Amino acid sequence: MNMISEARQKSLLYLENVSVSFDGFKALNSLSFVVEPGELRAIIGPNGAGKTTMMDIITGKTRPDAGTVLFEDTIDLTRQDEADIAQLGIGRKFQKPTVFESHTVWDNLELALNRSRGVFATLFYTLSAEDKARIEEILETIRLTHRRQEYAANLSHGQKQWLEIGMLLAQEPKLLLVDEPVAGMTDAETAETAVLLKEIAKTRSVVVVEHDMGFIRELGVKVTCLAEGSVLAEGSIDFVSNDPKVIENYLGR
Amino acid sequence: MISGFVFRALEGRIVAAVGILLAIGILVPALNLLTPADSALHIPTYVMSLFGKYLCYALLALALDLVWGYCGILSLGHGAFFALGGYAMGMYLMRQIGSRGVYGNPVLPDFMVFLNWKELPWFWHGFDWFVFAMLMVLVVPGLLAFVFGWFAFRSRVNGVYLSIITQAMTYALLLAFFRNDMGFGGNNGLTDFKDILGFSVQADGTRAVLFFMSALMLSLCLILASAIVRSKFGKVLVGVRDAESRVRFLGFRVENIKLFTFVVSAMMAGIAGALFVPQVGIINPGEFAPANSIEVVVWTAVGGRGTLIGPIIGAILVNGGKSFFTGAFPEIWLFALGGLFIAVTLFLPKGIVGTVQHGLKARQALKAAADAEKGRGDAAAVTQAQAAE
Repeated sequence: MNMISEARQKSLLYLENVSVSFDGFKALNSLSFVVEPGELRAIIGPNGAGKTTMMDIITGKTRPDAGTVLFEDTIDLTRQDEADIAQLGIGRKFQKPTVFESHTVWDNLELALNRSRGVFATLFYTLSAEDKARIEEILETIRLTHRRQEYAANLSHGQKQWLEIGMLLAQEPKLLLVDEPVAGMTDAETAETAVLLKEIAKTRSVVVVEHDMGFIRELGVKVTCLAEGSVLAEGSIDFVSNDPKVIENYLGR
Repeated sequence: MISGFVFRALEGRIVAAVGILLAIGILVPALNLLTPADSALHIPTYVMSLFGKYLCYALLALALDLVWGYCGILSLGHGAFFALGGYAMGMYLMRQIGSRGVYGNPVLPDFMVFLNWKELPWFWHGFDWFVFAMLMVLVVPGLLAFVFGWFAFRSRVNGVYLSIITQAMTYALLLAFFRNDMGFGGNNGLTDFKDILGFSVQADGTRAVLFFMSALMLSLCLILASAIVRSKFGKVLVGVRDAESRVRFLGFRVENIKLFTFVVSAMMAGIAGALFVPQVGIINPGEFAPANSIEVVVWTAVGGRGTLIGPIIGAILVNGGKSFFTGAFPEIWLFALGGLFIAVTLFLPKGIVGTVQHGLKARQALKAAADAEKGRGDAAAVTQAQAAE
């Protein structure tokens, strides 16, 4: 018991016995999961294992039927909605890149910037030198400086993924949830994304959901394997991929 | 801060449009009042009133564009806000009649005397005061939009479902205003107006001022709308239209963003209705008809949604066409309107202004590409020349 409460106190994100079902289908089945500050964590698992549902619960899109979801040990995330949770410092990248296609790359980042988001604050907002510098910095990080005035609709798939990651950075989250960042990317883009994510994880916690085992190996971090709504195995990539249950449920198929 | 907000609004196209509107707003009344009736330049009063009506419709279309074109809320009930603004103005005009009504009652409007009412209902008090009535022109549509939007946007009613309930809203108001005991003149509505601020509503001078006011209010609302869509808030609006969940996960309160825009838009529609009523001389429940609200959508689509200027052009063109057809070939008008909508959907999905803008952009891009090509060609020639040396 002592160990649990200690783990909880140190945690950035703490899920305990979270369950949720849709029309009788148990998407999550008493899932427990802890992310520490500054940790980069990969999550794998077969389709329907509950990876996306877990993200929905953390970001307030779905309410769990039972269980505890805490952020920084004190904030109950099940009582907040998406906008609250985003403002608390949890950013989310969707599986399908979701950027504002009819805005330029620059405007996309300007909108994402962690500034007051009220109606009147945005009506009378003017770009300050400080905000400008921050956007330039992010453009550099996501390697899109040369395309800053391009409409997001004209970016390649990989560049859209990076732009979305850039928008999350602009949000200055403490925790970043990234859903399949390299799906549909070329090998070169995948390798570059791994570097990018590792760079980002230096200053915040990142949780990556991914199917690409090569990519996860490249990240070289602790891996959690989900199946049927709960944790199947947790540990280094070699430990997890040698686990007979994981092989049976996921890798072997 | 505020100056920056307004300054951003005054982008080239908007300045040009405001200039044209104000020029029309001054020129048309001047030609009506200052030229003799037999002059070739003379604009008859009925033509001026007709154009004044178009300007009110243009303002209504602009209001719809703000919510539909920029925020993606397809309101099929904007006619309701227009009609409510119109009723607020109509109530003021009724109170100005005083004892000059058919029944000569100094307090009660004719329809109340006819219904044997003994005293003025509470909600008619204050409407003899112009400033109060003008306040109500903004407050009543704004309040309805606020209450409606509060529930609809908070419960995340979206897309076609939202359109349907806006349509239901205007239909419910239509039925309510048809009832005599609502106290708004029932079926006949409010009419037989005498004067506004002491000037006869029929006088050419009053009509000229009303025409100018229509052009002025349209210009001011155009500047306001432009300031809104060009601010960071406007970019968020487009974000809501294109990827609502992304906006939410960035930490914005989408329901507040929609609510603010919806209320501002409803108030603009209310102003349009208030200017419309003294120029046509009547307001009745027919203005709440669902078909009216749908026509506004057609004007906006024809002109080009999400362009601000497009809906103004669309409203004037379609209504001009309507006046012409219903005069010249009354039996064809509805077919023409239907055909127009189909043609625009098929061939001009961005509307008139949207298509022109797109064409200009494409030409610019082509030109830029050609220039770049030429630049590269020159560079290649230079290297060749250097190699030859």
